[in-house]
Amino acid sequence: MSETTETMAAPKAVPKAPAKKSRAGWIRDVALLPALVVLVVIGGLVNDSFLSVDNIVSILGSSAALALIVLGESLVLITGKFDLSLESTVGIAPALGALLVIPAASAGFGTEFPTVIGLLGILVVGALIGAFNGFLIVKLQLNAFIVTLAMLTVLRGVLIGATNGKTLFDMPDAFFALATSTFAGLPMSVWLAALAYLITGLVLRYHRVGRALYAIGGNREAARAAGIRVDKITWLVFVVAGVLAALGGLVLTGYVGALNANQGNGMIFTVFAAAVIGGISLDGGRGTMFGALTGVLLLGVVQNMLNLAQVPAFWIQAIYGGIILIALMISRFAGGKPQT
Amino acid sequence: MSAPVVSASRVGKRYGPTVALRDVSLTVTPGQSHALVGRNGAGKSTLVSILTGLSKPDTGTIEFGGEPAPPVADREAWRRHVACVYQHSTVIPHLSVAENLFLNRQSGGRFAISWRRLRAQARELLDSWGVEVDVDTSAGELSVEDRQFVEIARSLSYGARFIVLDEPTAQLDHQAIDRLFARMREMQAAGVTFLFISHHLREVYEVCQAVTVLRDAGHVLTAPVAEIAHAELIDAMTGERGGLTVADAAAREALASDVDEALVVDGLSGDEFDDVTFSVRRGEVLGLAGSNASGKHQVAETVYGLRAPAAGRITVAGRPLKTGDVPAALEAGIGCVPRDRHHQGLVLGLSIADNATMTVLDRLGPGGIAAPGARTRTARTALSEYDIVAAGPDQAVSDLSGGNQQKVVLARALARDPGVVVLINPTAGVDVKSKGALLAVVDRVRADGKAVLIVSDELDDLRLADRVLVLRGGRVVGEHDAGWADGDLVADIEGVELDV
Repeated sequence: MSETTETMAAPKAVPKAPAKKSRAGWIRDVALLPALVVLVVIGGLVNDSFLSVDNIVSILGSSAALALIVLGESLVLITGKFDLSLESTVGIAPALGALLVIPAASAGFGTEFPTVIGLLGILVVGALIGAFNGFLIVKLQLNAFIVTLAMLTVLRGVLIGATNGKTLFDMPDAFFALATSTFAGLPMSVWLAALAYLITGLVLRYHRVGRALYAIGGNREAARAAGIRVDKITWLVFVVAGVLAALGGLVLTGYVGALNANQGNGMIFTVFAAAVIGGISLDGGRGTMFGALTGVLLLGVVQNMLNLAQVPAFWIQAIYGGIILIALMISRFAGGKPQT
Repeated sequence: MSAPVVSASRVGKRYGPTVALRDVSLTVTPGQSHALVGRNGAGKSTLVSILTGLSKPDTGTIEFGGEPAPPVADREAWRRHVACVYQHSTVIPHLSVAENLFLNRQSGGRFAISWRRLRAQARELLDSWGVEVDVDTSAGELSVEDRQFVEIARSLSYGARFIVLDEPTAQLDHQAIDRLFARMREMQAAGVTFLFISHHLREVYEVCQAVTVLRDAGHVLTAPVAEIAHAELIDAMTGERGGLTVADAAAREALASDVDEALVVDGLSGDEFDDVTFSVRRGEVLGLAGSNASGKHQVAETVYGLRAPAAGRITVAGRPLKTGDVPAALEAGIGCVPRDRHHQGLVLGLSIADNATMTVLDRLGPGGIAAPGARTRTARTALSEYDIVAAGPDQAVSDLSGGNQQKVVLARALARDPGVVVLINPTAGVDVKSKGALLAVVDRVRADGKAVLIVSDELDDLRLADRVLVLRGGRVVGEHDAGWADGDLVADIEGVELDV
């Protein structure tokens, strides 16, 4: 057996001329920037108000929640796994946090805990969901795709059950503060997302745990043989992704101003689209936070342009999906590598 | 005499700069079992892939029964001439035996498959070759033996009467081997011709009429089995030592007897090995040799923590080692070049810097910070120290040649400055020059006072060892001190007695 593989591996062993490949990764990262710039220029030409400060703030504000969730998903994808359930975490985590706080009259649990407990609860719920996903995938070794698809459905069902499908309103102001309060003209949610991207980007590049994610996603066995605690780190990534999704959910709640039982429903498609457009490989081991961020911004700009252009509401979905397809094709050829 | 079943004349094949096969000729007479032997890397697999039409020879021609071979693209035509039963399974595990036999040519009406007829056909096919397997079992549940028979029957049903058996006995026990040989003789009587590949020369004598030996991609000899003695055959397989200059352990001074034991393995049992005990002193190289089924790889992988042992103790520098835990092994000062660089050695998409520093990410900076600058510096040192030919530390390892990739794996293993170095097939699939460079590094490491455990199929690798332990069936069966004769060691590995 080993002999067969050795000989069969021979063609791979052919030495190529040392290629000028060192910059390819960097180019892949910024592959989307030209497309983003072109879009912004077109937006500015088509609509006068597009480049106004207000509109740009609005694009950023509306992208903050998506950005946080894409961040979590990107980490999971780089590690070579999937998490579809993030979109349900976006709904259920803030909802459970709210139910702990709001009075029974507003459909709460009646515990009426202090606001701080409710906010912390949101993060804890996100972490617990991530930990449970991690348990099923890492410990029980179930397939990540189907496990998180099931979790997506379960969590959505629990949310609808716990709220009787009603929309929650009576949360304390603190629940909306991330989207409503501003610093230096930008909503706190935008600062939060920016900070999260900065920290994650630095960890991925400068810390051993970050490098371990790429190693695990690239070749689990090689990572294991290099002494990386593959299972522990994979588990940790699911927890972090859950917390980021919960945070994204809180931002979304603030942005919308209420908490609908459908919050986050169907969002996972956009999350994956942003990540893949941004150069995150679905096979794991490839991609950067800068890329993921450009993916998010691209979609945010497109959404905004569609709104400004007053595209008939019934057509928005079709056009949005079509534009995502085009963006995937552009990033495929700009990045130069097959999207896998 | 009728035309040969298959005749390859002056066949050559190269993969880039590597010559995989050089001017090899092979003629197999109908109704014979023809053995193809040679050590790992001798070119057997390449010859088989050419004979079965999986790859096209660069030079030379193949003929079947006097007719030129069909073009490589015409799989159907090849299937009518020749089939190969590989060591790995080529059945689809979740489908029934019947369906596997007639995959993509299921009988039936115009559209629907007639399952009743399919089963009957399968039954008839297996019966005609005396294969006693239930056609309704799913193929994945078959024993190795039955699976091989089913694959042979499937090949025969395509009309092929020339079957290549690639190490069919490697995973079989004695009784199963006897049954296989009995069945081979029956089929041979019915006009089937076999090309039989095995590492066990005893089997060659038992079941084959002719033998061809390959060595270093070239043809050494073809002779009737009856006319060639064991020793002659082993000589043909080993041959003269190549142009490689290895620092033979026999040439250096013996180790002082009071040197500390760096690695002690005591009564270790686990996957495919049992009660293995040995120790390696600082500055000593211990070789582990044996066939692929001997358990030698598993022993080494257990030492490094890639596998958990069932019983036994491992002690490193006097301290007991937590077994089955790679980080613990690294912490205790063990470095390892794993068996297969593509499987466990490298993350191909990442850079040389990332791969070479993977075992030392916790040592590059405070609080686990592993900045690109520090990684690049470490890798740059490794590039020069291990003579890795690359554009720079940021180059992806997938762009490197096999030899340079293996040097990166070695760099990764030595990055923590381990006291014990475990090397599994350290020069597998690399060219002669890289091989020399890799072995020179190993010798340097030994001279630095590290204990080296080297597991290999290659005699050149083992020549570095002060002692070589031979494993067979998971047990240590022999020990050879440096200066062994090639023939003796190979005979011990293959489990044959040399005719005196």
